[in-house]
Parts: sequence; structure tokens; C-alpha cells
Amino acid sequence: MSESPYLRAALPSRRDFLAAAAGGVALAGLGAPVRAQAVRTAAKIVIVGAGAGGTGIANRLAERLEGATITIVDGRKDHWYQPGFTLIAAGLKPAGYSVSSTGGWLPRSVNWVEEYAANIDPVAQTVTTAGGTKLDYDYLIVAAGLTLNWGGVQGFDLAQVGKDGIGAVYAGPDYAEATWRAMDAFTDTGGTALFSRPATEMKCAGAPLKYAFITDDYLRRKGTRDKSQVIYAAHNKALFSVPIVNEKLKLLFRDRGVDVRYDHVLKGIDPTARTATFTIPASQAIKDGAITDTPATEQTIAYDFINVIPPMTAPKVVQESGLSWADKWVGQGWIEVDQSTLRHLRYPNVFGIGDINGVPKGKTAASVKWHIPVVEDHLVAALQGKEGTEVFNGYTSCPMITRIGRAMLIEFDYQDNLVPSFPGVIAPLEELWISWLMKETALKPTYNAMLRGKA
Amino acid sequence: MKHLTLETLIAVWEEMFGRGLFWLMTGVAVVVTVAYVFVLLRDRHMSMRKFLLAQLSMPFGAIAAVLFVQGITSSGFRDIGGPVDVLVLLAVAAAGAIGLAILVYTAQSLLRKQD
Repeated sequence: MSESPYLRAALPSRRDFLAAAAGGVALAGLGAPVRAQAVRTAAKIVIVGAGAGGTGIANRLAERLEGATITIVDGRKDHWYQPGFTLIAAGLKPAGYSVSSTGGWLPRSVNWVEEYAANIDPVAQTVTTAGGTKLDYDYLIVAAGLTLNWGGVQGFDLAQVGKDGIGAVYAGPDYAEATWRAMDAFTDTGGTALFSRPATEMKCAGAPLKYAFITDDYLRRKGTRDKSQVIYAAHNKALFSVPIVNEKLKLLFRDRGVDVRYDHVLKGIDPTARTATFTIPASQAIKDGAITDTPATEQTIAYDFINVIPPMTAPKVVQESGLSWADKWVGQGWIEVDQSTLRHLRYPNVFGIGDINGVPKGKTAASVKWHIPVVEDHLVAALQGKEGTEVFNGYTSCPMITRIGRAMLIEFDYQDNLVPSFPGVIAPLEELWISWLMKETALKPTYNAMLRGKA
Repeated sequence: MKHLTLETLIAVWEEMFGRGLFWLMTGVAVVVTVAYVFVLLRDRHMSMRKFLLAQLSMPFGAIAAVLFVQGITSSGFRDIGGPVDVLVLLAVAAAGAIGLAILVYTAQSLLRKQD
């Protein structure tokens, strides 16, 4: 969800930026880059999922290929701009800000099957839809996204969102708006706000933190922070997987007076009692040469406002396809792709884009933006009997909102390196207005341009 | 498409403002610029009197531009977090000041020929 690109790819490098600023309209004369000549092929390509990744690659392939039969399978009529959910839940945008029509983004030459995929058979090379239509493919692109397992939080029901201090930003644009209503009412009076994240892989791991910052900001603006407690329950011993970012976030949370609880995994809530129960895994410690075992326990925390985020897994159709890792992320079902080429390790005619990929980083729209050119390159090269050269380095971006009006433009790769798009200009670990301006104004246009295959 | 091209930039701007509004604003900017050049060529000199009024309008253009940007982005002066933010603020103010000055000068030149 987060973001947010800053999409390193989307945004200009400093040199590009200066050139554009200096050259301005003069650049028009130099024009667009020379387009690669369309590749002729009779290949049948099926794309499962018409979200950010599926739509973006469909547009790229429609432009690059001539004669290919490209079919995209997705039953959802609405396209959701998920990085916008945080802004909706912050009361800055209406629910409609994130909603558009799936069909409006797809090129005419691509055949959209408006049904969900029910079966993927990588051996027979077929995809079967919920309506029973069987689609043969030569190449398959899995861009199915992920499933929010709401059932994984006991006592929680989506119908509760917006009432009794319950929020669920991830659930969709309307739920994000309902979450804003609950948060707005909560911050009017103050109390205990409770935030957490699931122990599974998740999309936009920065979003739970952002929402804690935003709620803290509203409490301060409304003068109710003094009589409130903001609790952030981390699923392990860190707030963020990138060490240097984790340290910065710890400092910021200390500055904001956020009460951090580590090793807390949300198990369930009791909406009537307004309590949440967390599982604390068993642990072992050595002190003075003696080993102390602490068994797994549960802890209950009372709240007045909670943002519920459920465990996330690959969709059932993918989990049952045989494409998932057998020995990694067991039970979560992310597909077994090479982390550099995003090509399936056992079925070379299968590629993955977006959240579905079983790679160590990158369940964000910003990563999708970098997945697309890599998959495009390797797939088009394969159609020509060649090997592609593009590499995905794990690029992930997270415009970490630290209050309304400020953000940190955090970008990193597989090795936990910070890879800022504007080194020396926009400091990644500083709370800046310019980073907020980008999140607010440039992110969605850049995302939309990506959907159209233009960025 | 990892690198910025003019095409990418235009695509992003079109998405940001909507295709119609973006090209309308571009058109207005081009028309005002062309009109400004036109009056300079026609009059063959800069009228200091018109320029004075144009200069006097600059602070208003600067303030209006800053407030406009803050308004559409739900932010304010308290959000300035570092040197780069001050530069952005000054750039926005400068753009507003210069834009309004050119507009005021051009409008005067077109509406009243006499100094």
C-alpha cells in the first residue's frame, strides 16, 4: 500500500531532474526515446490478476508485441490505488480517490476475461476460470496479489469497521474511510490507540507505522495527546526490517512517546470489551551461564481505537497451483521465482509480478514498478530465443509519513542498502516537507502512468 | 522505463492534473509568454511604469503560490523540515512572483498602450 513510490523509477534521478528543469521545453526537440521495434510472435500469454502489476505489464506487452494473444484474468471491476488508503484513512481524501475502473486501464488489444482464476496448472500450461473457461498459455504471468485473511483475527468482522473504535485501513477504500471516522472520533476524546502488524509477509510494511504516526499527529492537533496512550505492537524484535531505518523509527517513536511492545502477534479482539489479545512466542535467554526458557504466553491489551491488520498469504488459487516455495514462507504460498529475474525456478515460462513473488523484499507498488520492466525484458527476450538482461535488485520504497505534512522518503534494496533517488538532495532519514509533497501529489500520477505502461 | 524521459514526465503531469487541465494550463502559459514577448517586440522597450506595477504584484504572486501549494497538500509552514524544504518553498514563491509579474506586465501592455 505504501507506498509509495517514491518510486525510484518513477522519479527522475537528480541528473534527469536538473536536465529537465534546465532544458524544459527544449527537450521536446530531443523527444521520446527511440521505441524498440515491435516483436512479432504468435505466443499465447495469460496474465492472472489485473491489479497494478497485471495492468502495467499488459500495457507494456501490448506495445512491445505484435501478433501475440494476451489474455488477462480478473473478476474485479474496480481498480484500487492502494497507496491512497493511508490518505483516505487520514481524512485527507474521499474513498473515491482510490477507485477507478479496471477496464479503463486495459489496452483494447488485450482480452480481459472478467472472472477470477480458479485453477492454474503449470504442467498442462492452462488457467481455468471460475466460470470453467480453460485458457492455454505459452507464457504465464502471475500477478494475483495477496489475500487478507480476516479470519486470522479471532472475534473480528469487517462489518465492525468504523464502529466501536475499530479500524481496518487495508480492507479497501470504503473501509479506509470508515477507519477515518473511527480514528477521528477517537482523537476527539483521546484514550488508548493500538497498532500492530501481522507475523506473515505483508504489503507495505510501513503502513501500520504511518498510521500510528498520523493518529499521534491528530491527537496533538486536537489537544488530546496528553490524556492518550499510543501503543505499537511489533510482531518481532524490530519495527522495520532495514536496520538503519529501524533505528530511526525507534528514535521517532521515542520522540513521539509511542509505547512499543515487541514480539506481539495479534491473535484476536473482543469488540465488546475493547481488548486485543496478542501471542508472545516462547523465548530463551542466557544469563550468568544459565538458560532460562520462557514459554509462549498471551497478553491482553485494552484499546479505545485499533487498526486491525490480518495475516496475509498468497491467494488460494496460487497456493494450490504448485508454483509456491515448498521450503520457504511455508503456509504463505508465495511463488518460487528467481529474486533477480522474477522468473519461476521450476517453470521457466512462468513469471511473477508484485506481491505474489516469493522474494525477500518488495510488496509495494514501487516494487511493482521495477518488476514490470524486468519481466517484460525477460519475456520478450525469451520470445526471440534470447536471454534477458534486466535485474531486479529488491528496490522497495516507502514514503514514511511521520505526520500530516512531513514524510521520510525511504528506499532500499535486498541488501538493506538505502538507495535514495535524490542523493544529497532529499535525505532518506529526515522528516521533510518535500517528501510529503511527493507522496501527496506525484505518487498517484506516477502510479497511473505505470498502469498505462508509460512510466 | 526506469529513466525519466519527457514522455514520462508529460504522462505524469497529465495524470496529475487531468489531460484537459494540464494542456489548458500549458496553453495558458504559452499564450501569456507569447503575449509578453509580443508586447516587448511591439513596444521595443520595457515600460518602467508597467514594470513597477508588475514588481509590486510579485509579493502577492509569491504568497498566493505558496498558499496554493500548501492548501492542495494539506500542509503548512510548520512542516518545513530541512534546507531542501526551504529551497522548495522559495522556488514556489519565485515561480508565483515571476508568473504574476509577467501576467501583470503583459495585461497592462495589452489593455493600455500608453505609458
